[in-house]
Order: sequence, then C-alpha cells, then structure tokens
Amino acid sequence: MELLTRRKLTNKFALTLSMLAMGFGLFWLTWILLTTFELGIAGVSLDLFTKMTPPPGANEPGGLLNAIVGSVIMVSLATALGTPIGILAGVYLAEYGRHTWLGNSTRFINDILLSAPSIVIGLFIYAVYVAKVGNFSGISGVFALALIVIPVVVATTENMLKLVPDTLREAAFALGAPKSTVIMKVTLKASTAGVITGILLAVARIAGETAPLLFTALSNQFWSLNLNEPMANLPVTIFKFAMSPFKEWQQIAWAGVFLITLGVLGLNIVARVIFRQKHKN
Amino acid sequence: MSATQDSIAASAGGGRKFGDWLFFNLTRSFAALTLAMLAGIIVSLVIGSWESLQKFGFSFIWHQEWNPPMEQFGALIPIYGTLVTSLIALIIAVPVSFGIALFLTELSPVWLRRPLGTAIELLAAIPSIVYGMWGLMVFAPIFATHVQPFLAGTLGKLPLIGALFAGPGLGIGLLAAGIILAIMIIPFIASVMRDVFDVTPAMLKESAYGVGSTTWEVIWNVVLPYTKVGVIGGIMLGLGRALGETMAVTFVIGNTNFLSGISLFAPGNSITSVLANEFGEATPGIYTGALIELGLILFLITLAVLVSSKLLLLRLSKHEGTKT
Repeated sequence: MELLTRRKLTNKFALTLSMLAMGFGLFWLTWILLTTFELGIAGVSLDLFTKMTPPPGANEPGGLLNAIVGSVIMVSLATALGTPIGILAGVYLAEYGRHTWLGNSTRFINDILLSAPSIVIGLFIYAVYVAKVGNFSGISGVFALALIVIPVVVATTENMLKLVPDTLREAAFALGAPKSTVIMKVTLKASTAGVITGILLAVARIAGETAPLLFTALSNQFWSLNLNEPMANLPVTIFKFAMSPFKEWQQIAWAGVFLITLGVLGLNIVARVIFRQKHKN
Repeated sequence: MSATQDSIAASAGGGRKFGDWLFFNLTRSFAALTLAMLAGIIVSLVIGSWESLQKFGFSFIWHQEWNPPMEQFGALIPIYGTLVTSLIALIIAVPVSFGIALFLTELSPVWLRRPLGTAIELLAAIPSIVYGMWGLMVFAPIFATHVQPFLAGTLGKLPLIGALFAGPGLGIGLLAAGIILAIMIIPFIASVMRDVFDVTPAMLKESAYGVGSTTWEVIWNVVLPYTKVGVIGGIMLGLGRALGETMAVTFVIGNTNFLSGISLFAPGNSITSVLANEFGEATPGIYTGALIELGLILFLITLAVLVSSKLLLLRLSKHEGTKT
C-alpha cells in the first residue's frame, strides 16, 4: 500500500511540474507581448509613418517612414527572389528526387540551412558581394534575406506536395498529361494553400531578421530608394535606437518593435488559418 | 472527340518532351543550388578569413587577447561566452520543454491542445530583436534588483558552484543572456519533443496503462525510452539555435572582451555579439579577417550540432518505420 501511495505521489508531483512548465512558457509569452504592446502603442503616432528617422539631438520628433519603406522593399524583393527558387527546388524534392542521391542530400542540407545562424548568412553575402562591390547596399540585404527565404519555402513546398494523394497524380497521368503538366496543373494547384502558408511564414521570418542586414544593407538615416546604397530598415534602426542613450530614440525603437511584432504574429496567425481551412475538408 | 485527340497529338510531339525535360532540369538545378549554398558559405568564409587563418593558425581558438589596434586576435572569450550561454539555456530549457511536451501530449484537455501548442509556437515566431530589446529594457533591471541578489544569497553560498553566482549583479551578463536564450529555444525543443512523443505507438502506452502504470510511469518508462533518440535530436536542434542566436544575446550579454572570473553575473561576449558590434567598424584586412574567422568557427560548430541532431531524428523515424 505504501508503494502505491508513493507512486501516486510521484505521479502527482511530476504532473504538477509539467503544468508549471506550461505556465512558465505562457508566462514569458504574455510578459513579452504585454510590455511590447504597452510601450509600443505609446510611441505610435502619425509622425511614425510620415517622418524620417531623426538625427542625433534633433528637437522635433522623428518617425520611421524611411525604415518602414526600406523594410517593405527589401522583404518584398527577397520574397520575390527566393520564392520561385524555393518552390522549384521543393518540387524537385517531392516529385522527382524522393529517393535520389541529390534529393536526399538536398533535403538533409536544407533542414540544416533552416536552422543555420542568420548572422553567418550575412557574413557570406558580405564576403561574396559587399566586399567585391566595395559598399553596403540594399540589394545585398535583399540577397541575404532571400537566402533565408529559400530553405523555408523548400521545406514547406516539399511537405505540402507530399500530402497530395498519389491517386490524383495517377489520374492525371492516365489522361496522358506529361509530368510537368501534372505538377503545374494538378499537384501544385492542389497544394496552393500550403505553399502560400510557407511563403507567409518565410516573410514573417525575414521581416524581423536583423543580423543578416548588419553587414549588408546596413542602415540609412535618410530616405533612399537606391538599391546600390545602404538602405534604412526597421530591425537595424531598432537595434541602433534601442542601444542609444536618447529617450526619444528608445521610444521610437519601442514603436518599431511593436510594429514588427504585430506584423510577424499577424502573418503567423493568417498562415495557420489558411492552412487549417484548407485541410479541414 | 476528334478535337481532343488532335490537341493531345499536337502537344505530344517533340515540344512536349522538351518541356518536360526542361522542367525537370530546372527544378533539379535549383535543388542543386540549395545544396551548393552550404559549400559556398564555407568556402567564402575560409577565403574571407584567410589572412587571419594564416597569421594565427590554431592558436586563434585558445588565445584570449582581442586587441584590434595591436592586431592581436584570439577567440577564446567569444567562444567561451557562446558555449556558456548556450549551456545555461539548455539547462533551463530542456526540463521545461519536456514538461510542456508532456502536458501537451498527455495532460491537456483535447480542446486546449491546439491553442496552447500554437501559443508556444508563437514564442518561436517573435523576432529575436524583440527579445533583445525586452531583455535589455525590461528583464535586466528586474533581474538585477530581485533575482540576482536572491541567487547570490542562496546558490552563491553553496560550495563549488557558489563562485558562479558571485559578484555584483548588473542585470546584463552571461546569465541573463542564457536565460533569454532559454526562453527562445523552449518552443523548438518542446515542439520536437511533442512530435516524437506522438509517434509512440498507442498500443505500447495502453499496455503500460493496462498493467496499472501511472501517467508519469508511462512517460518515463515507455514513451521516453522509445523516443530517446528523437528527444536528443530535439535538444541538439535547440542547442544549434542557441549557438547562432545574435540579437537577443547582443543586447544583454554586456559586450566586453575581458573575463575577470567564472561568475555568470559577469558581462561577456559571444561570437555573434562580437560580430554584430564590431563588424561594421572593423578595418579591412586582418581585423575583418579575424571576425570572419569567428563566423567560420560558429558555422562549423552549429553545423556539427545540427547534423547530429538531424541524424538522430532520422534514426528515430527509420526505427518508427520498422516497428509499426
């Protein structure tokens, strides 16, 4: 009887700890989100979207207009550049290379690139592009972000295509469709929602990336749409302003953090909703 | 009918074959491109750090002097900082992630599973710069005034490990960086653990329940041994993430290249924080070369960790294929 009591106690103890662990995780999520929203909303004003980042010691309040626009440009271009490469490579993995040498190695390496330190991606672009050209530039930031997009899109595309039942492919083949048509018109079409989920997740991932931009796009205090010059962007501006001693700058940084968090979490939730709706029926 | 046959016949000629061939090779070349990226990264980093590699050789790893004006570079302190913060992160994150995975697979009511799982995954979606800024502005001051004195008064009094919790608590430092890293990697480890716990055959678990095991005994004696390899793979994945994390660490680690003792309260530097702080201002030549070499070392360490993680997880899924 004593043994049974002890086993039951151990069980209760362990399960309580498990519940506490869950609470521990949720505690940080709530705390971080609450402070971000509280301190961030205080800094959100019309100025944020209409004024440029302020120079040091400026009396008038500044905004983040150039950083927001720069981020939007770089993230869009990087997505436009990385997505087709990722989708095509994912198609190869799922449709042609399931058991080939190239397929297996690419799948393996891709999973590693997915978790590789993003700062190293920045160093890579610095070494192969920035150092050769001789100056920091928006386009090198685009390259670095695109390299982060590719593994995310490859992995989701492959997984989504694998969910398409083979009977669908066989039906299309039986009608005499060539393989490329089957892929483009049947399997890819059937997994559109999944592929879009992957793209949204990739955008969410790069929208907040700071490290790969530090050595590529750098940042720019001024308005610039020239991709061959350093380009302002939200994450690096936040980094610079948060580390500064000026109260106003820190306030702007919080507002920027709020915008990024809102955008990234929003994208994540939208991606999940799209995916779930598709796979409910 | 003849119309459809005609159109099939028209597309069935050489053009169709060529299109198919082209599409196949297009996808294959992009797959190969992804593969080549890894080699490209290593080669370019080696070339970029060539000057430093030649000058310092292997002694770069264990020399601790980091003196840009004198052109003396040693990576010991950043490597130490990276390893110590990641280790702290693992010590905290592994048991917590295990608890979360246990909760999500065995304890939680079914209707709560998805929202709670999503909440934990959102923790992974928050960009690291948010963690960094929150860590510096919100977490570090509270940590310095409330937690560090408490740790110094309790753990700091113990023999052996007491020295780890000695000295003034500034908030920022190795320990704070480790804790923030722990929060960041919990979702990665927890979701791998949850997924591998889910692959345990229900029959195994039910047999254990059937002979009267408690939930904990089923987890500890049946699920964990069955998924051991995958669990370790998940931990390695978290470690890989922790080693390469940049912004969150840069904000809170304190950024100093001097190490006064073994106290975890002391500020330090990690490979990533040195890169983030110094690369922009580094003069081309040996200084930049030394920084790129740091990046190369980081990449090789994470590569080794991630490859072993992946191999372990693959072993589990093979295992799963033969047993079920």
